[in-house]
Amino acid sequence: MLKVINIKVNGIDREVAVQEQESLLETLRNRLGLTSVKKGCEVGECGACTVLLNGKAIDSCIYLSLWADGQSVVTVEGLKSENGELNYIQKAFIKEAAVQCGFCTPGLILTAVEIIGDDRIYSREELRKLISGHLCRCTGYENILNAIEKAKGSKING
Amino acid sequence: MYDFESFYKVETVDEAIEALEKQDEAIVISGGSDVLVKIREGKLAGCSLISIHNIPELKGIRLLEDGTISIGAAQTFYEVTNNELVRRYIPILGNAVDQAGGPQLRKVGTIGGNICNGATSADSASTLFILNAQLVLKSKKGVHTIPINEFYLGPGKTIREHNELLTEIRIPRKDYEQFYGHYIKYGKRKAMEIATLGCACGVRLSPDKRKVEEVRLSYGVAAPTPIRCGSIEAWACGKELKKDFVELFGKKALEEVNPRSSWRASKEFRLQLVEELAKRALIQAVTYAGGEIDA
Amino acid sequence: MSIGKNITRVDAELKVTGEAKYTADLVPGNALVGKVVRSTIANGVVKSFNLEAALQVPGVIKIVTCFEVPDCQYPTAGHPWSVEASHQDIADRKLLNTRVRTYGDDIAAIIAENDVAAERGAREIQVEYEIYEPILSTKEAMTPGVVDIHKEFPGNVIKNTEFRVGERSYEEIKEAEEDAVEVEATYRTQAVQHCHIETPISYAYMENDRIVIVSSTQIPHIVRRVVGQALDIPWGKIRVIKPYIGGGFGNKQDVLYEPLNAYLTTLVGGRPVKMEISREETLACTRTRHAIEMQTKALVRKDGRLIARQFAAYSNQGAYASHAHAIVANSANEFKQIYNDAEGMQAQCFTVYTNMPTGGAMRGYGIPQGAFASECQADDIAYKLQMDPLEYRLMNCVKEGYEDPHTHIKFRTNGIRACIDKGRREFGWDEKREKYKKQTGTVRRGVGMAIFCYKTGVYPISLETASCRMVLNQDGSLQMQMGATEIGQGADTAFTQMASETTGITEDKIHIVTAQDTDITPFDTGAYASRQSYVSGKAVKKTGELLVKKILKYAAAMVGMEREQLRLVNNEIVDKNSKELVLPLETVATTAFYSLEHSKHITAEATSQCRDNTFASGVCFAEVEVDIGVGKIEILNILNVHDSGTLINPKLAEAQVHGGMSMGLGYALGEELLFNQETGKPLNDNLLDYKLPTSMDTPDLQVGFIELSDETGPYGNKALGEPPAIPVAPAIRNAVLHATDVAIDSLPLAPQKLICEFRKHGLIQ
Repeated sequence: MLKVINIKVNGIDREVAVQEQESLLETLRNRLGLTSVKKGCEVGECGACTVLLNGKAIDSCIYLSLWADGQSVVTVEGLKSENGELNYIQKAFIKEAAVQCGFCTPGLILTAVEIIGDDRIYSREELRKLISGHLCRCTGYENILNAIEKAKGSKING
Repeated sequence: MYDFESFYKVETVDEAIEALEKQDEAIVISGGSDVLVKIREGKLAGCSLISIHNIPELKGIRLLEDGTISIGAAQTFYEVTNNELVRRYIPILGNAVDQAGGPQLRKVGTIGGNICNGATSADSASTLFILNAQLVLKSKKGVHTIPINEFYLGPGKTIREHNELLTEIRIPRKDYEQFYGHYIKYGKRKAMEIATLGCACGVRLSPDKRKVEEVRLSYGVAAPTPIRCGSIEAWACGKELKKDFVELFGKKALEEVNPRSSWRASKEFRLQLVEELAKRALIQAVTYAGGEIDA
Repeated sequence: MSIGKNITRVDAELKVTGEAKYTADLVPGNALVGKVVRSTIANGVVKSFNLEAALQVPGVIKIVTCFEVPDCQYPTAGHPWSVEASHQDIADRKLLNTRVRTYGDDIAAIIAENDVAAERGAREIQVEYEIYEPILSTKEAMTPGVVDIHKEFPGNVIKNTEFRVGERSYEEIKEAEEDAVEVEATYRTQAVQHCHIETPISYAYMENDRIVIVSSTQIPHIVRRVVGQALDIPWGKIRVIKPYIGGGFGNKQDVLYEPLNAYLTTLVGGRPVKMEISREETLACTRTRHAIEMQTKALVRKDGRLIARQFAAYSNQGAYASHAHAIVANSANEFKQIYNDAEGMQAQCFTVYTNMPTGGAMRGYGIPQGAFASECQADDIAYKLQMDPLEYRLMNCVKEGYEDPHTHIKFRTNGIRACIDKGRREFGWDEKREKYKKQTGTVRRGVGMAIFCYKTGVYPISLETASCRMVLNQDGSLQMQMGATEIGQGADTAFTQMASETTGITEDKIHIVTAQDTDITPFDTGAYASRQSYVSGKAVKKTGELLVKKILKYAAAMVGMEREQLRLVNNEIVDKNSKELVLPLETVATTAFYSLEHSKHITAEATSQCRDNTFASGVCFAEVEVDIGVGKIEILNILNVHDSGTLINPKLAEAQVHGGMSMGLGYALGEELLFNQETGKPLNDNLLDYKLPTSMDTPDLQVGFIELSDETGPYGNKALGEPPAIPVAPAIRNAVLHATDVAIDSLPLAPQKLICEFRKHGLIQ
């Protein structure tokens, strides 16, 4: 049975009819066309499906869409500015060669948005813990950490 | 798409209890990080769900008048770890649940769900055991409170009746005041892990910090359920903080556990960890309490 | 000049915005769901099915079983096809199989309206089996009298090969060398999985009487051929499209479920059918890195000079042949090539069917296993002689100008000693080796190293062919199409730089078409063997040169000059001698399109058949801290130094090395597919229990390069994609040996094993 939920997706209020059994991952991909949200394991172990729910990174594969009713969701599709300019975190990922196959990338960028959004300063070890819910097989995390450090630095230093 | 038959979302505890009375087979889902995975695996496929996700009544961490810390069952791991009261009075718990799964999971997985799963590997369990946590269960018949060490019955089995809901976890002041503890999760990786062994140890030291006034030791995965080590605790009472004491503490821990061999870890391996982690957790707890071994 | 520049990946922006389209992002909304029904035994025969209940499940459209598929066996390895029957891959499976050869074997398939219906349907299918004992090890499989897994291979041995270097056998040499020290050990590696984050996925539909398959594959042109073979239909009736893919690492260098997917769409009148392989299926039912047991002996003189070695390897192939003997043959070659035996060496290799999941290609292709044996052995020898293992390697490792006596591949540029020297300095080998000499206590530190060599591509074992097409646009920009595939490694960017280097057209004006479509894309066998920058790079160069000739010829005619007088530099036609502008390329291109006298669409296309090869090489240095009481290894420092020729894009090259090192760390410390020893059922077929390294398990990864321009590479380059994964595990193992004096001879160095070994050696009382 379809149920209507109201969610703010990338800043826009959306009214979406979803199945009770649907995960947020499926709603975002299949009903809203937000295919940056990737499916990698379906059980919350790889992080490819990460989205920001009210600003916090969660695995959308193990989150029911009905629960998102009344909440706000951000995917990387929502990070570009209106004139098409990339967010500085996206730019940092490009500059630091933190992108390879690109499958874990959207999720990691969203976790980076959360990390960079708070005003705390993190050590590299703390950053490792903060991104530990994402598995990446291409990069050894090295350039991803570099990108997040650079982006954080550029935010702090204006 | 998840394979469940029906989904009933409630907004209050009373509604949840009402629903549980009506639906004999229904399963309570809170954060979903465990139940949804089991549905996908097929273990719970076709089930009926009662969703208590984000019920306001089950949220929040409060300091009650008598000093008891009350944690709402639907607090996520993330919320527990980052709570001011937890940081100040029971940092061991915040630290323990900050090791469950990964960061994204900790923002949806709840402490109540972690307990109600009945898993011996639950990251909250050993710590709540040494904090003498009290679990508040609510049903049509009313509210009753039981100590956590009576809650677990076997793998995946708890004393919670189908029509009961875990609403809060209480930690009395006497159980955390002047009490310092440390939890070690032993996993094969540093994140995204299920504990091979979990060990929590807490101490209350004498005013001169030379003796142990009270020790509490508990384990996850050292037996079919989380366990407290009563005999060693009794033995350790009043002991001086000497190296020999630490060594014996590790050895004696072996007498109270009953780990099994599984493909995840052999019994011998777990026993080695039982001894080693007991010592390490003890030393760390003593350090937190301001003491020093062989000072 | 574009080679050696750190240009931004051409696909980076699409990937950080989520706009890059992967297979799952393109599936039509009306696609049906295809799902494999898997056996719940590891060895036996399907006797019958009861499908009644399953067919009643709402949404289940069709069920096809192993009794109904075409009686046609096909191979799956992503190798170039051989026109000689004796060199063809083993065709040992059908689309669905009656003979069950592994737990989770493909015995039936369901087509349903959606996932839930497909899952429910699968659960309702009842299967009657004739059950045999599961055979999980090569030893069991080779026991006389054991049941044959494939009737075509009685005794379960797929292939048994031997070779020898030198005149005399190992035993003869041993007899003659009375003073020699002998070191004997058996080294074992485990089965691991690629764990690309995008699981295999495809969808297939029909256009008229042709089948279109969109798939996450490294090898679209090979998929076309194998689907044709599996369905026994003309290859031209099949069209394969490869969009962006979320990693492959060799698993997608095998034809996985594309043939079954193609078949399923034919059963529903050509409606699109999607087959999405779950993570659990990916781990247990696609391909793995072969577990190999390697029995070794070595004879050395007391001064450290290696005299002779012997190597006997048993490769656990699992249920189906896939890449089969090519893997362990590579292990033996690595063992042979990396050291110089004063007198000789000999090797024997077996590839054996078992009821384990099928071993296939995985980054390094047998070399990581061979290097584990050769590098553990090197350290065991040095340990026995009380010699610095680095000095041992310098004394004995492969020499300048080496030529393999069997394959005749030459080490054209040999940077291995330079890599060792560079690593030695930057890592601080001598100081650390000294500092950690006599470690005591419960936490100990040590350093270890390992070296390797790796040939580039598959010549002369197999065909090496690649092609490229360049099409000039009106504005002087270029479309470039490659049969070679971008799989995350950065191929599209490297090809863009190569094209720019050769044509003189700047990178921003080169538009590489990333997707392959076998109807459109020129032929190339795909991404494997670290071949593309070398082999397909030659095609770029050849095509680029051809295109430039055509452009200059046209330009020369426009201005009445000789072609030879002109050059194309930075999008301008210039005078060769004066360097002065003759015409902007844009003017030439526009004129060529629209000239009323002489309209010509300037394009170039070329095939490059590569009949050359060379070795890449490198070294890994690791510094570890071993916490004995809990069996844990902490990596304090790790450095890879690579000899991969000229780097096309150093920043991306470094990133490739990071990924390989991370894969090596997983191989060393925790990854291992586990199975119930009684039933063969997979135990850890998920990313919680399969220990892929997380960010917290990965230290900072240090990378260095020695750049020797290799004359055989199109731009001085040679293999890089796979090498970084090779030396890490043995380097860590050797560091643990240094720290603890305990030689662990099998992978992974997981805590339970370490505890057990430490206890055996008295480190734990």
